[in-house]
Amino acid sequence: MRCSSSLALLMAVVLAACETAGAQAPDYKNVGRTPTREEIQALDLTVLADGTGLPSGSGTPKQGAAIFAQKCFYCHGPTGEEGPGPRLSRDANSVPVATTIFDFIRRAMPMDREGSLSADEVYSLVAWIFYRNHIIQEDDVMDAKSLPKVQMPNRNGFFPAVNTGWDPKGTRPNGIYH
Amino acid sequence: MNSNESDRRRFLKEGAVALAGGVALGATPGHAQEGRGEKKLANVDDPKYAGAVPVSADWEAYGVPSRFAGSKRTAWRLLPLGVPAQLHQVTLYTPLQNQAGIITPSGLHYTVNHSGTAYPDIDPQKHRLLIHGMVERPLIFTMEDIKRLPSVSRIHFLECNANTRPTGFGRGKENWQTPQQTHGWASCSEWTGVRLSDLLRQVGVKKGASWVISEGADQVRFTDSIPLSKAMYDTLVVYAQNGEPIRREQGFPLRLFTPGFAGVHNVKYLRRIEVVDQPQLSHFEIPMHAERRPAPGRPGGWITHRFQIGPKSVILRPSGGQQLPGVGYFEITGLAWSGAGAVRKVEVSTDNGRTWQVAQLQQPVLNKAFTRFSVNWNWDGEEAVLLSRCTDDLGQIQPSLAQYAEAMLGPSARANPGVYPVDPKGGFFSMCNAIQPWKVTRDGSVINAMFF
Repeated sequence: MRCSSSLALLMAVVLAACETAGAQAPDYKNVGRTPTREEIQALDLTVLADGTGLPSGSGTPKQGAAIFAQKCFYCHGPTGEEGPGPRLSRDANSVPVATTIFDFIRRAMPMDREGSLSADEVYSLVAWIFYRNHIIQEDDVMDAKSLPKVQMPNRNGFFPAVNTGWDPKGTRPNGIYH
Repeated sequence: MNSNESDRRRFLKEGAVALAGGVALGATPGHAQEGRGEKKLANVDDPKYAGAVPVSADWEAYGVPSRFAGSKRTAWRLLPLGVPAQLHQVTLYTPLQNQAGIITPSGLHYTVNHSGTAYPDIDPQKHRLLIHGMVERPLIFTMEDIKRLPSVSRIHFLECNANTRPTGFGRGKENWQTPQQTHGWASCSEWTGVRLSDLLRQVGVKKGASWVISEGADQVRFTDSIPLSKAMYDTLVVYAQNGEPIRREQGFPLRLFTPGFAGVHNVKYLRRIEVVDQPQLSHFEIPMHAERRPAPGRPGGWITHRFQIGPKSVILRPSGGQQLPGVGYFEITGLAWSGAGAVRKVEVSTDNGRTWQVAQLQQPVLNKAFTRFSVNWNWDGEEAVLLSRCTDDLGQIQPSLAQYAEAMLGPSARANPGVYPVDPKGGFFSMCNAIQPWKVTRDGSVINAMFF
């Protein structure tokens, strides 16, 4: 079963072992409070593979090239290949879903000014990187709708080590040897 | 003694005001008069009282090891000191060979910083923990809130997946000798905090949820996913280590703690937990902590989400870089651990695996924690290769390097004995728990006999 090639395996893999919240939940009165919608929005950076969480905005490879030349070249090199930062066209096969790149750039780049890029800028840079890696065309536009539809070249090449139905209380070790 | 008595008499006669110059009753002889500006006792500068005079008020407030002790972490930095701090990626290696017992002092605990920047300096009063997602009632907590909840304390090891891998982070032939270099990304502490299951029951997890995303308040907002089953089982949200708040480099004021899981899952500077029905697949998960392991049936295949540390052990005395003074008795001692549970048995060989003896384990043997083992050994001066092999309570046995390579690469690994396995593009595998051989040479020097 582990030779099934889909990451969807991960989504079902632990359901069997999960507890849902029980009726005997202790009530720690007045500890913590309900967050406001604004608080959640300000903190919630999650982007899921199906695009849930992607902000509004858009960008094209050409726009991305311009931003790269301003904000990214000094670590990644003028074409993204010269370093000292990681090469950006080295290995599209190492990325499972398109949203991974959006999420990482938004939360972690540039390395000295993390979180300073607007959503448009992130979409543009993602578009430029995908174009450089021959994943999208030069006139494709990346936005919240189109980005999750982009198919990464190695999307079927990721296999979770988590055993199906792994139960922490059980006797099967979790994902060490294959 | 006399100065104390005279202080007390003065106090009784003249009241506390007379001593308001900041003198504490019962002060050491050298200090009795200082706060009042009167002449010092003649012996304050006498060298024989040197040990009685504190070095500084800071040192009194929070002690430091003796200047003769000298155990230190070593640092590896992506970029040298002097480059702007935000561009640092720093990791600190624990000097395991100097460790006594099973607890790593907090100041010597290893850390790996994926944040790519200097360690965050978070004000706990401003820090918040948000728990939301597939829950009935999202909640946001202050640090005070979290500390009001029932706390638990557990002794657990922590280990980075890339420990004991001779590549990356500045490692190479020239610095692959001591346990600090080979195994220095593992430590063990008592961690205190709140059960994540308690927090999740408070928010009420909805049906269909199966994963938990955690995120830190560091500069890159490091993020990771773990199965909900692990979150509910024994995962903690910790704020203290070895009796005091966790250190800044360990994630002050709050971190996730996943007993037995690789270090990367123990997200530091924890600020947000989201309950979801799928793993997030962040860049930190794939490919940063995944491995390229193609095999028949999975061409171009990556193995992802390897969570649990396997059974592992290392002899710390004698170990690489040390020098035995001569023939005679030595206690061979080291540490063993497993992410699956408790250590059931440790075996030691002094003849490169031809024969094995069962080691004594220091009690109590704790679940997912360092376990100290020892055997008696009389060294006869001949060359000897020392090995240790751990069996955990699930029955898993620590593999030899050859067995680890085969597990990573398949049967073809047998073609390259003694060579660290790499993936098709030369990338390294993680979670290396291979048996560590130390060679004692005839002149008593001990060298690393793994790989090089």
